[in-house]
Amino acid sequence: MRDLFTEIRGAALATLILAAVCCGAYPLLVFGVAQIAFPAEANGSLIVAPDGSVLGSALMAQGFTGDGYFHPRPSAAGANGYDAASSGGSNLGPTSKKLADAIAARVVAYRAENGLVPDAAVPADAVTASGSGLDPHISPRNAALQVPRVAAARGIAEDRVRALVDKHTEPPTLGVLGDAGVNMLTLNLALDAEARGNP
Amino acid sequence: MRSTDWLQLALYIGALALITKPLGIYLTHVLDARGTTWLDPVMKPLERLTYRLMGVVPEKEQDWKGYTFAMLLFSLAGCLFTYAILRLQHLLPLNPQGLGPLSPHLAFNTAVSFTTNTNWQSYGGESTMSYFSQMVALTLHNFASAATGIAIAAALVRGIARQSATTLGNFWVDLVRTTYYLLLPICVVFAIALVSQGMIQNFSPYTKARLVEPYKVPVEKKNDKGETVLGADGKPVMEEQTIDEQVIAQGPMASQIAVKMLGTNGGGFANANAAQPFENPTPLSNFLQMLSIFAIGSALTYYLGRMTGNQGHGWSVWAAMMAIFLAGALVCWWAEASGNPIHHGLGVAAADGNMEGKEIRFGIFNSALFATITTAASCGAVNSMHDSFTALGGLVPLFNIELGEIVIGGVGAGLYGMLVFVVLAVFIAGLMVGRTPEYLGKKIQSYEVKMAMLSLLVLSLSILGFSAWASASEWGLAGLNNVGPHGLGEILYAFSSATGNNGSAFAGLTANTPWYNTTLGLAMLIGRFLMIIPIMAIAGSLVVKKASPPGAGTFPVSGVTFTALLVGTVLLIGALNFFPVLALGPIIEHFLNAQGTLY
Repeated sequence: MRDLFTEIRGAALATLILAAVCCGAYPLLVFGVAQIAFPAEANGSLIVAPDGSVLGSALMAQGFTGDGYFHPRPSAAGANGYDAASSGGSNLGPTSKKLADAIAARVVAYRAENGLVPDAAVPADAVTASGSGLDPHISPRNAALQVPRVAAARGIAEDRVRALVDKHTEPPTLGVLGDAGVNMLTLNLALDAEARGNP
Repeated sequence: MRSTDWLQLALYIGALALITKPLGIYLTHVLDARGTTWLDPVMKPLERLTYRLMGVVPEKEQDWKGYTFAMLLFSLAGCLFTYAILRLQHLLPLNPQGLGPLSPHLAFNTAVSFTTNTNWQSYGGESTMSYFSQMVALTLHNFASAATGIAIAAALVRGIARQSATTLGNFWVDLVRTTYYLLLPICVVFAIALVSQGMIQNFSPYTKARLVEPYKVPVEKKNDKGETVLGADGKPVMEEQTIDEQVIAQGPMASQIAVKMLGTNGGGFANANAAQPFENPTPLSNFLQMLSIFAIGSALTYYLGRMTGNQGHGWSVWAAMMAIFLAGALVCWWAEASGNPIHHGLGVAAADGNMEGKEIRFGIFNSALFATITTAASCGAVNSMHDSFTALGGLVPLFNIELGEIVIGGVGAGLYGMLVFVVLAVFIAGLMVGRTPEYLGKKIQSYEVKMAMLSLLVLSLSILGFSAWASASEWGLAGLNNVGPHGLGEILYAFSSATGNNGSAFAGLTANTPWYNTTLGLAMLIGRFLMIIPIMAIAGSLVVKKASPPGAGTFPVSGVTFTALLVGTVLLIGALNFFPVLALGPIIEHFLNAQGTLY
């Protein structure tokens, strides 16, 4: 009986001691080092306007619908999409009618928005929701197809827009890891900055 | 299937092979109560203090029953601790969003889930859990359940390696040493590396961002009492609401994610897990996370070889794991790169593959590879939504889990799971040549084979039994996000994931209901503890035996023949148990998909 009591006390104490070390000291140590060494990253890679207000995070997509902006991928995060406090995908499967209908409608809309011929193949990322609903990137081909629309809406040369797209394209890490993507939020902010005359 | 993707695959396997030996050698020091490491100057005083506070005598070893009992007591204590925190979340600090307490069934499910190294997410991450709950209630188990798995594996290896002994080590020593010398130091470095890539680590309230381009969405009109206003036609009246703000979730994420991956836990800080950009910001963070999932499990095979004095055996087990892993990765990658013929017919570029539920920065290849790794191990983190994979692409993670996650596997759990198959493989080899089966010189007798079969049958009984029950019940069907064969896939995946202590999901299933939370919680307990107990019984039975020197008729447990036999045993048992139900789910779904059938 005494042995059992000792064991139970040991188990309870082990829980508390490990909690103090692994859930107290350890996260605080990482917090301290991260805030000193990588403060921008540790706080969400936030994009801050000159007036101090936060415009978003360079890692999180926002919704854009205007012709003068590059459009993000469709989003299933939160009730209205692009909810950076409620990440998630559609979780619709390969034989889902709901998904097929949504994709069919997005394909038609994408072709119409960007002046594509009726049977043009549409980039997959432009008509599918990402896993998080917050994918900050669009594929380079998706961006290229949106360039004429954005340039026309803003009344600037397509080459200028293309140059900005290139500037905001993140290539595979070390040339190998991952896929290239265009960060649409920083790209759109760069377009606005250029329109204000301070690129 | 581009050439750069093949290069990434080669890089991944090369990096894994490279760390296996040094980490394996390090493990032999960590898992030896008298072992020394370069961290001794810092950690030894803390280790001694921990034993003194707990009242543990580190030199006093336990037999298999004592060891198992200590493990069960510790798991129970941790489970109650977490349950209490989750229920009292609203009263505890570090809750800037003012999130309320979890319901009893959700708290039960989550506490069990983290205790058993499953980390199934019935909860919603950033929308459910306070920083305190994440950092303490969940992170505790990310360490403790991982260390427990490694401890059990070490005890089993000692049972195999020791001769005519009775004890298997001291659970408390294995637990503390694994946490202090293995998990914590790697996590500190890993977490900071993740922050450098863009992962967050702060205690700030959620950030409110002013949208660059506000937009309008239709919402149901509400009256002053918060009730939906109905029009003359009985339908809700819609009004336009302008969205001009984005709320960005924050929190102490990096410290939790490091151990989430290294300890093959997999429970996400965010709802979308490693697909959420903060939780996996770059391809490099993705590569490191994938590597950390396999790191310890892979090193444990080296530890096995070193401890049993047969390094060839360790590498043969590793090779068997890699063979099954590669086969799965290639099928999943091929299926996802091929895409969905129905969507191609609608005008989606066929060359892009299936991008639903996937992130651009990872693309098809890294999504398929991550899915294979996370289910080959018992990790369960996801960087893409498995529910939206093609039928065959989704079959791979599901089948991986149903094999028992022995392909590298969960930390510790993968090795002890694989050793069950080793016991069966040498038993089958013994039957074929008509000799008493031996494993590393020790006779495998009916007791060991019975225990091995028990641990396997319990798994399939739990997976198939619960899935059948849910498929035939109202509560089971109510949670489905997809119908047709994919709906069966969602249920099957849920109970496979819970029983296998994986934690990934066909996440469309609404599992946060009393029925699902409870049945899934039970499946997790069965899959963890009813597997460990027979395995510890095997360890206890083997440790007292004396090894006889290998003779001319001894079946060698290293080399190509053994590896092939082991792979064959794993696939045979996996296929026999689960082929019928897989045929009704993903396999038939594949053919219906090719035909263009929609549900």
